[in-house]
Amino acid sequence: MISLSYYLVLSAILFACGVAGFLIKRNIITIFMSIELMLNGVNLSFVAFAAKWEMLGNKLALSGHVFVFFVMVVAAAEAAVGLAIIIAVFRTRETLNIDQVNLLKL
Amino acid sequence: MTPNPNLHLWIIPLLPLAGAAINGFLGKRFSRQAVAAVALGFCGAAFAMALSIAAQFSSLSLPHLDPPVGTWLRSGDFVINFSFAIDQLSLVMLLVVTGVGFLIHIYSVGYMWEEGGYYRFFSYLNLFMFFMLTLVLASNYLLMFVGWEGVGLASYLLIGFFFLRDSAAAAGKKAFIVNRIGDFGFLIALFLIIQHFKTLEFHTANLNGVFDQAATYSPEIGGAGFLTATALLLMVGACGKSAQIPLYVWLPDAMEGPTPVSALIHAATMVTAGVYMVARSHMIFERAPSALTVVAIIGTLTAFFAATIGIAQTDIKKVLAYSTISQLGYMFLACGVAVFSAGIFHLMTHAFFKGLLFLAAGSVIHAVGGEQDMRKMGGLRKKIPVTFWTMTIATFAIAGIPPLAGFFSKDEILWRAYQANWIYWLVGLVTAFITSFYMFRLWFMTFFGEYRGDAEASHGDDVTGSRAGAPVPHTSASHGQGHGGIHESPKVMLVPLVILAALSFVGGWVGIHHRFDNFLTPVFESSAVAATTFEGGAATQARQEAPGLETTLMVVSVAAGVLGFLLAFLLYNRKPELPARIAASAHGLYRAVANKYWIDELYAWIFVKPLIAISGVVFWRGIDQGVIDATLDGSADTAREVSDNLRHMQSGNLRSYAGWVAIGATAVIIYMVWVGLRTP
Repeated sequence: MISLSYYLVLSAILFACGVAGFLIKRNIITIFMSIELMLNGVNLSFVAFAAKWEMLGNKLALSGHVFVFFVMVVAAAEAAVGLAIIIAVFRTRETLNIDQVNLLKL
Repeated sequence: MTPNPNLHLWIIPLLPLAGAAINGFLGKRFSRQAVAAVALGFCGAAFAMALSIAAQFSSLSLPHLDPPVGTWLRSGDFVINFSFAIDQLSLVMLLVVTGVGFLIHIYSVGYMWEEGGYYRFFSYLNLFMFFMLTLVLASNYLLMFVGWEGVGLASYLLIGFFFLRDSAAAAGKKAFIVNRIGDFGFLIALFLIIQHFKTLEFHTANLNGVFDQAATYSPEIGGAGFLTATALLLMVGACGKSAQIPLYVWLPDAMEGPTPVSALIHAATMVTAGVYMVARSHMIFERAPSALTVVAIIGTLTAFFAATIGIAQTDIKKVLAYSTISQLGYMFLACGVAVFSAGIFHLMTHAFFKGLLFLAAGSVIHAVGGEQDMRKMGGLRKKIPVTFWTMTIATFAIAGIPPLAGFFSKDEILWRAYQANWIYWLVGLVTAFITSFYMFRLWFMTFFGEYRGDAEASHGDDVTGSRAGAPVPHTSASHGQGHGGIHESPKVMLVPLVILAALSFVGGWVGIHHRFDNFLTPVFESSAVAATTFEGGAATQARQEAPGLETTLMVVSVAAGVLGFLLAFLLYNRKPELPARIAASAHGLYRAVANKYWIDELYAWIFVKPLIAISGVVFWRGIDQGVIDATLDGSADTAREVSDNLRHMQSGNLRSYAGWVAIGATAVIIYMVWVGLRTP
């Protein structure tokens, strides 16, 4: 039986990788992927806790699993909108470097 | 004894206040006639009420305490009320203040007619009356102090009435600041009284007032205790207000104010407040013999010292100013030998003849178009006869020639001073001689001989460098200058002169057979007790065997007055070239006297300059700039520097913000994990 800690540590590592990628990378697509990575790191901890909850002999609790589905749905919607924006940006600016896409900044 | 009716004394001071308020707030839109009517109406109403109180005075049981108008402040058992009282002493003061004040109001209507700020002048004048009456009628020290400070304020406002002139503004400030020094002493005395007697009321119905308690104390002979300290501090206050050594320096400069102000405030009423206060506090002074000695010495010295300065002044108002200081010295001498009634008597007659002298001098100045230098007057006797005759009466009165008012009061003081210590008497006598001399000098220089003024106005160029030598900015346009333009003053100015002249003539007669003395006896009745205790009964004894001695002293003092007259006659009428030669031969002495012994310069050197230097270096550059400003500037600088560094955090780079969020979140998580690990 693999203990809960392993899942949580893996989840934290995934999340940390996502944060690091989000902060370091300049390419919007990479940043997008980093966000997905963070979301999935969180998803992993959700399901890990849910599984642990059932293993402790409690009644079946679906909330952990349901949260994961919600996150997945939002992530899918985000990917759809985000990728559309990225394509629009690339068409007008011919770059995906976010440091150069700062027209709205003062 | 039937209880007294409520006299509503509080209305008396309030009447002039109403006048001051009306003229002060609305007077700008009034015509001159309306302003004068308001001022005279309220001041006259106060006088009428004072007279009505005097009329029913004999039916009152004294001292009369009006029920308090209200409570001013309350702290535990310590209560201060707005309460007024009257006894023989305050009645005399009340009548003098309202009576002479009213006359001077009338005079001012004419004197100030050509001036700007007419309504302002009368508003201040009424304000002064309010505070002076508060001072006189107050039944506790704190209310008296309100009046005391208030008359100082009114005096400041009126000295600086021609505020566009630098010297007037400076004189106002000087008067105010010098008075502060005296008020400081007064305040400390009040604190001592509160601490010791737990009250500031003079008398109370249950015999718990300051004086009721002080009456149970035995005199502090041969030592100094609480009462001596209090008395000396009160005397410091009196020195400031009544222009005694060492705080007299403000009064000569105060002549910058309009002449009616000099007459009312700086001769007849306000400057006598110190005498009134000392007389009012006689219960304390009588029980502090060493303090009384100090009062007597200060009074004697001031009388003599100021009189000598008066000899060499050339500004007509300055002569009168030094004369005022000198006469106030007489009053303090009387108080110092514990004959307060004689001091108050002289206060009253002095109010008549000195008020008259100033008003007449104002009339002279008015006649010659603003000139105040006596060397540019002369021969005015025929041109302004009414002024001349009234001034003559006042001059003879102050010189102590019988049967005029000054003779009786001054003689009373000198006689009583002789009983206490013949040195006081001798100095007083010499002073009487000098007084007579400089007053007749003024009289001869102004009214006799040839007119020495110029056809054109040429002012200043005063030997003493006195500031009052500067032109009074009035009348010059409307009256012709010089010889042809000399004219008698209008009736409205002459009537007060004549009334005051009559009072200066007969005012002293109330002192015949000690009637005035006896009238005030109930107030000062314990004086005799104190006199026996610290003079070993000698005074009382002398009083009984005195008639022969009294007559001798009287003759001597009249002789001194006549001698002064003769000397002035010789020097300033028969041989007018002599004074210059005498001045030349006694050059150093003359210069010292003409320069007022350089006292102003000495004070400037000892007090003013070091004060300015210390203020500049320590308080301004040191504390203000070095500590207070530095603290504020420093904290502002620090805040700016810190934020200057912190602002780099806000780069505008979105990912760096995210980084900060991540770092913060990490820090929170680490903290929570750490806490979680510590708790079992």
